[in-house]
Amino acid sequence: MNRKAKETVYFSLFRICAVLVVLALVVLVGYIATGGLERLSVEFLTAMPHHANTEGGIFPAIVGTFLLMLIVVAVSVPIGVMSAIYLVEYESRSWMGRIFKLTIYNLAGVPSIVYGLLGLGIFVAYLGFGFSLISAGLTLSIMTLPLMISAAREAIAAVPSSVREASLAMGATKWQTIWHHVLPYALPGIFTGIILSVSRAAGETAPLMLTGVATSLQRLPDGFFDSFMALPYHIYFMATQSSNLLATRPIQYATALVLLLLVLGMNLIAIVMRKRYRDKYKW
Amino acid sequence: MAFKFRAMDNGRKRIRRSPHRSPREMVIEIGLTLATWSSVVALAAVFIELMMGALPAFTSINIIDFFSGTIWNPAHPLYPLYGILPLLVGTLMVSFGAALIAIPIGLGCTIWLAELASPRVKAVFKPAIEILAGIPSVIFGFFALVILSEWIATVFDPVTKLNALNGAIMLAVMMVPIMVTIAEDAMNSVPNSLREASLALGATRWETIRNVVLPSSLSGIVAAIVLSLGRAVGETMTVLMATGNAPVLTGNYLQSVQTMTAAIAIDFGEVEFYSEHYHVLFLVGLVLFVMTFVINLIADWITRRYREEYE
Repeated sequence: MNRKAKETVYFSLFRICAVLVVLALVVLVGYIATGGLERLSVEFLTAMPHHANTEGGIFPAIVGTFLLMLIVVAVSVPIGVMSAIYLVEYESRSWMGRIFKLTIYNLAGVPSIVYGLLGLGIFVAYLGFGFSLISAGLTLSIMTLPLMISAAREAIAAVPSSVREASLAMGATKWQTIWHHVLPYALPGIFTGIILSVSRAAGETAPLMLTGVATSLQRLPDGFFDSFMALPYHIYFMATQSSNLLATRPIQYATALVLLLLVLGMNLIAIVMRKRYRDKYKW
Repeated sequence: MAFKFRAMDNGRKRIRRSPHRSPREMVIEIGLTLATWSSVVALAAVFIELMMGALPAFTSINIIDFFSGTIWNPAHPLYPLYGILPLLVGTLMVSFGAALIAIPIGLGCTIWLAELASPRVKAVFKPAIEILAGIPSVIFGFFALVILSEWIATVFDPVTKLNALNGAIMLAVMMVPIMVTIAEDAMNSVPNSLREASLALGATRWETIRNVVLPSSLSGIVAAIVLSLGRAVGETMTVLMATGNAPVLTGNYLQSVQTMTAAIAIDFGEVEFYSEHYHVLFLVGLVLFVMTFVINLIADWITRRYREEYE
């Protein structure tokens, strides 16, 4: 085979690989969408489940997932953004920076089920929060923290140092510089990171299984110390353990579609936001 | 603010201190430092919690039996058996099987995206890959359970309908986007001057990729593979729903297996607090944690080596 022909063969192979990956996405979303649209309705979204989840809707699961996202935002956004500011603007001693970097990197690689064990041991048992929304929410917050930090750090580090130098040269203090000149430019990037990390938390299932997700509730949680339902766990439960697996298939598909729309919607918003922001600021 | 504090600084020694050493600035810096330390605390808490949870298991069961036992039957009322080998082999089979499928496809996709695709096509493919990476694992698990297993059943003749192959293929789909994102960065960091030099010598584009770009970004690509392997080892929901959850020690991909992650997730549904079974599950968690930790450290070590090459 001559060199040019060889190149053509290899390049078409690579193109096939890339098409395969996108095809996987299309097939996956396509199957869930066609399967789920049949059962999806306003009533399905707003009704309580009954008859052991085989009838009715998934309202408590939707509310549970939103409450979890709320806790994650309240806990891991401030800690994450503060850590990111520190890592970019203040960290000067190299050994400590190295420890922080390695920690966050490893924290991101801890399996989600291990976070579940952490939540079970610390929040459920040791701190006595029980199997509750707050235990699960805090567990998810710790899990999301490294994602949040890396995203915010990237956004802050992308602000050119000329902006900082200009502000400092005018006599502003370090914090004034960060607050008035660095953070405003980094904000869109930080928001993108927050949306992506929270969407990750919304789809996470394994930690919930150890920290208090309920298989079926016909009411909304009473407070943060009550048990709760969540969309991803509902899919798992209905698909593997419900009383009639085949008859509830439409419910399973529809719940999967709701979760998929939620997560993909958040991802799309983040991607569009990032693109607009990148077009706006070209340093 | 700065002006006010300069007026207060009348001592000779303090003149060298930068103005952002004011009390307010100090408090802010301390607050930020504490926030950053919380990550270190979190990682330490994970490790300590696993140790504390697993420690009683060291006295109540024989550790050598735990690591060499071929039967995992913790629910037996009289003689529970805690052999980790079926779970460990299950995890390794599924994740390495997934890697075998994901590496060629991921590599091909990366080369195409980084070296060949036009910016227009790239603007569609890159978000698509990012979205694939964002899909929750429970959705992949559901797809494997309901649809992929049927496809496998028509092509092969599996021993059990849910099997290791089902989990491996689904995990591969999850691994590819992680791999592509990191490996593409590595390829993009190869300076264009190297490509131009090779092309100027008369090499074709493929020869340039194979002899120049790939060797130059090899460590980044290897790091991407190792990192996505670490994610596969720690993945729970997909394998839980796809592999059938029978802790059988087997090498057959058409047979049902149970991974370590799946065993922890499933067994905690019925385990009594602080029972022997509870502590053994923490021990399994500890083994899992150590495995992923080591895999991540290897990936980090490889990445740092490649960064040195062009900076």
